[in-house]
Amino acid sequence: MDKKIPEKIEDKLFKLKYITDNQCHLNPDSLKCLQCQEKTCTIICPANVYSYNETEKKLTVSYEKCLECGACRIACKHIDWVYPKSGKGVIFKRS
Amino acid sequence: MSENTENQNKTDIIVVGAGPAGVSAAITAARGGKKVVLVERGSFAGAKNMYGGVIYSHAAKEIFPNFLEEAPIERFVKNHSFVLLSDDNSSTTINYQNPSNQKDSFVAIRAKWDKWCVEQAEKEGVYFAPNTLVKELIVDNGKVVGIKTDIEEYYADIVIIADGVNSLLAKQLKLRNDLKPKNVVLGVKEVIKLSPDIIEKRLGLLPNQGSAIEILGGPFAGMFALGFIYTNKDSLVVGFGASLEDLKNKKIKPYDLLEEIKKHPFVANLIENGELLEYSAHLIPEGGYDSIPTLYTNGAMVIGDAAMLVNNVHFEGTNFAMISGKLAAETALDAFENNDFSSNQLCLYKKKLLNSFILKDLKTYKDVVKILTQRSSSFMGYYPQKINEFFNIFTTADGQPKKTKFRNFAKNFFKKRSLSELFYDAIAGIKLIFGILK
Repeated sequence: MDKKIPEKIEDKLFKLKYITDNQCHLNPDSLKCLQCQEKTCTIICPANVYSYNETEKKLTVSYEKCLECGACRIACKHIDWVYPKSGKGVIFKRS
Repeated sequence: MSENTENQNKTDIIVVGAGPAGVSAAITAARGGKKVVLVERGSFAGAKNMYGGVIYSHAAKEIFPNFLEEAPIERFVKNHSFVLLSDDNSSTTINYQNPSNQKDSFVAIRAKWDKWCVEQAEKEGVYFAPNTLVKELIVDNGKVVGIKTDIEEYYADIVIIADGVNSLLAKQLKLRNDLKPKNVVLGVKEVIKLSPDIIEKRLGLLPNQGSAIEILGGPFAGMFALGFIYTNKDSLVVGFGASLEDLKNKKIKPYDLLEEIKKHPFVANLIENGELLEYSAHLIPEGGYDSIPTLYTNGAMVIGDAAMLVNNVHFEGTNFAMISGKLAAETALDAFENNDFSSNQLCLYKKKLLNSFILKDLKTYKDVVKILTQRSSSFMGYYPQKINEFFNIFTTADGQPKKTKFRNFAKNFFKKRSLSELFYDAIAGIKLIFGILK
């Protein structure tokens, strides 16, 4: 594959424009995360927002990468999910 | 709040969300002489929007009669192709073109198209408020009376809810249940820059002509998923829509699946030497007729994706959005005529939808999605694979007698697929046909 089309998700997201909100708009219930076996959020998120650190038992939420699709809020019932504040978040220019 | 400030912050109709549904509602209401405020959480209309595809001229014309001459259209769809991928890198393509209906549908970039639509609405008197997130609806005495944004409260006789597939506002009003993963498809796509002449050469198009390519099988085998390629002027859109339930159960990362598709030679050859311009994702409400929420309540109506109005079998959504917006606005105009904003009056919106192609089609396809999902390993995996194997035999001359090859093909066809599976597939096929025709 040509290098002008990156394969890594981080490189794909790098092409996007964001106006980052100073506040996280995705808030999983961390107690539920400890019990959760599937960690579906780490799989279905198209922007790889969620990553789980097994040793620290901690879910990291890189909300600044969010594409605001809502896949995580439907796949997991334990995420307090709202949109970023007015005018904040991702800006699609060619989609 | 004092009477005075309430008057300052009061309009006839508020439309929440400036996508195709919202803008169509807003412009129709403004044409009927009402004061309309169209609010949008993005910094411009289209900034948050992404779709898999095409806009249909019949709907666009109904809302924007001048769109053919003035709107930012990328390419009209001349070729409709269906591609069946196989695991061994081969593929079978069915291509349909009809010279007499070359302007029926077109590809547009939402950041340009949605923006243009809102500009038309503004010209016709709609007040557009970008950078405005509606946090909740204001409900008074069981009637929706306004919106609460980050900074202020704003009132209207009618609020039209067009806040998209996630519709937190329809949820607030309890008009819809929580969506389930099986009711939504996750759409993911990349926009890849290529020169217009390369696009035209690779796809056999003339300038301004475009293709809509739907892709089955291959990496999607066994899932309720479909890939797509669409043509912009100077870029190709490559993406897919896959059931969120299947991605979840099969533990497939969306961007990994996209990479798989892009590696298949059919796709790889088309995008070779291209440059990634944008990557995006969006949910598509594909629950069909059974997932449609309550469409109206006192003082409010729900339209477009927020109302789950999508026909996934025919890739129709933008047209449902625009026409549902228009019908809701017409209902609103009647409500002003009668000075009645209660659900008794607004139920007319549902009647209009039932009489239109929107709910008629969604009723027709009520069970199709269910059946296709249940038999997705057959219809979206096994058979596309077999069709490719058939054409492999059909087109290969290698000095081996054809009879043996076709016999083996037929033997394998039944060996790898138990009789009971074939029986269920046949039943599903009959159900699909009769379900649509009855």
